[in-house]
Amino acid sequence: MNKTVNQKAWFLVLPVFVVVAFSAIVPLMTVVNYSVQDTFGNNQFFWNGVGWFQELLDPSTELGGRFFDALWRNLAFSAVILAIEIPLGIVVALSMPRHGWTVAFSLVVMALPLLIPWNVVGTIWQVFARGDIGLLGWVVNHLGVAYNYVLDPASAWITIVVMDVWHWTSLVALLCYAGLKSIPDAYYQAARIDGASRLAVFTTIQLPKMRRVLLIAVLLRFMDSFMIYTEPFVLTGGGPGNATTYVSIDLVKLALGQFDLGKAAAMSIVYNLVILAVCWVFYTVMVNADAEKKEVEA
Amino acid sequence: MRGRAVVMTLYLLFLLLPIYWLVNMSLKTNTEITSGLTLWPETITFDNYVKIFTDASWYSGYINSLTYVAINTVLSISLALPAAYAFSRYRFLGDKHLFFWLLSNRMAPPAVFALPFFNLYSAVGLFDTPWAVALAHCLFNVPLAVWILEGFMSGVPREIDETAAIDGYSFPRFFIKIFMPLIASGIGVAAFFCFMFSWVELLLARTLTSVDAKPIAATMTRTVSAAGMDWGLLAAAGVLTIVPGALVIWFVRNYIAKGFALGRV
Repeated sequence: MNKTVNQKAWFLVLPVFVVVAFSAIVPLMTVVNYSVQDTFGNNQFFWNGVGWFQELLDPSTELGGRFFDALWRNLAFSAVILAIEIPLGIVVALSMPRHGWTVAFSLVVMALPLLIPWNVVGTIWQVFARGDIGLLGWVVNHLGVAYNYVLDPASAWITIVVMDVWHWTSLVALLCYAGLKSIPDAYYQAARIDGASRLAVFTTIQLPKMRRVLLIAVLLRFMDSFMIYTEPFVLTGGGPGNATTYVSIDLVKLALGQFDLGKAAAMSIVYNLVILAVCWVFYTVMVNADAEKKEVEA
Repeated sequence: MRGRAVVMTLYLLFLLLPIYWLVNMSLKTNTEITSGLTLWPETITFDNYVKIFTDASWYSGYINSLTYVAINTVLSISLALPAAYAFSRYRFLGDKHLFFWLLSNRMAPPAVFALPFFNLYSAVGLFDTPWAVALAHCLFNVPLAVWILEGFMSGVPREIDETAAIDGYSFPRFFIKIFMPLIASGIGVAAFFCFMFSWVELLLARTLTSVDAKPIAATMTRTVSAAGMDWGLLAAAGVLTIVPGALVIWFVRNYIAKGFALGRV
């Protein structure tokens, strides 16, 4: 659609701009302000320049080591999550029933985990995975596998990954399902006439049609798993030790637990910049894909 | 065909099992929970639910949560409507950068904002009110609503705008009488997602409230007491937080898939 140039449109955008600026720019300024200062309490602040940033980005210091540990841990977590949830979401979307009451039923059940408050998701898995009162923990322990997410780092990791798969795979599946629904029947009929195999249908019709929604799914799942806080906080509190301390958990510990404002602010800024960079790459790819598509159609 | 049904059944079972366990626990007494594993409550008790509905410190948590979610949804949608219209119809100075900046707030980690929000809302005297949480959630819900609504509005041909202008409709009248009914399903989808993301968020809601506006999610941490965990009560509170979401899903079930696709969420 051709859009007309109209600078007065700014007036329509202004309310949004003011509200979002109030809740984004003012806090960010506070963070920047803290990040260059040090305090010994009593609300007395000292100029510290880029000191915190130097310490943060140097893995040999205490702060830097802690930050990079959490960062790698979080990146590994996001990678595992994407590797499981994206293929599983596609498989589930392809397995959706085509008609009848089962369609509505499946959709409702799939959307259910998405609307449960995140700390309740943590609570659900806390009680479900416990060895003494939880069905999962009890069954696994009785199968002869030593499993205790409170004491054993590997168990804690697996529990959090399974919990996240439970919580978010439906989002990927629903997005893919929506992408699949937009494919006209004629495409499948043509494929049948050509005698295309199931695999060929998937790689040449379904996958290209799902490209855009898949991109959005990858973007959302990366962002949200990179910002994950509430669920592991409730389930393991970042433990045992630091085994499940992801960046957000570490940051809240630093900011609201120890009130180390300077360090926490510097960490916030670097953390935010990492996310922003990835977000920008995705956004550019998406916009370019759209532009290409329009050119092809034109 | 058979394979698909098996995959789907297994996946739905996987989704439902933990919820079944929570419901199961919420109907048991604490002695039964801690004494051994039972797949079905031996004696069904509704004591946990009765306690929540009769104790003001419990049920006010639900009222607080629903209050800020409602304020936030109304606020986000009414702010986003004109902005989304501007983005879908006009080009103006800095429009692309503004759009990306708005979206980038959807991607900002709430953990980064927890402390500055605490300072900010304390300074303006909104701390511990539903308004503080509602405004804080605007940070990610307004951009989301703009994004969703823009997608729906771009699907409405602009000839309609022009025809209405020729027919003598003023802009506000055109917008409310003609345009909004055309994108009613889009508004519904946007409201659904605003509800969803405001309802599930805890970090900011907990940081910005202490007593008067405490959300239910924060109240739940109270079940840890000196006498140990009150598992039954915790489970019952958990089940009750699922109910509003489940109700909303039931009403929008036929639009879910469409909403996810068009809404680009």
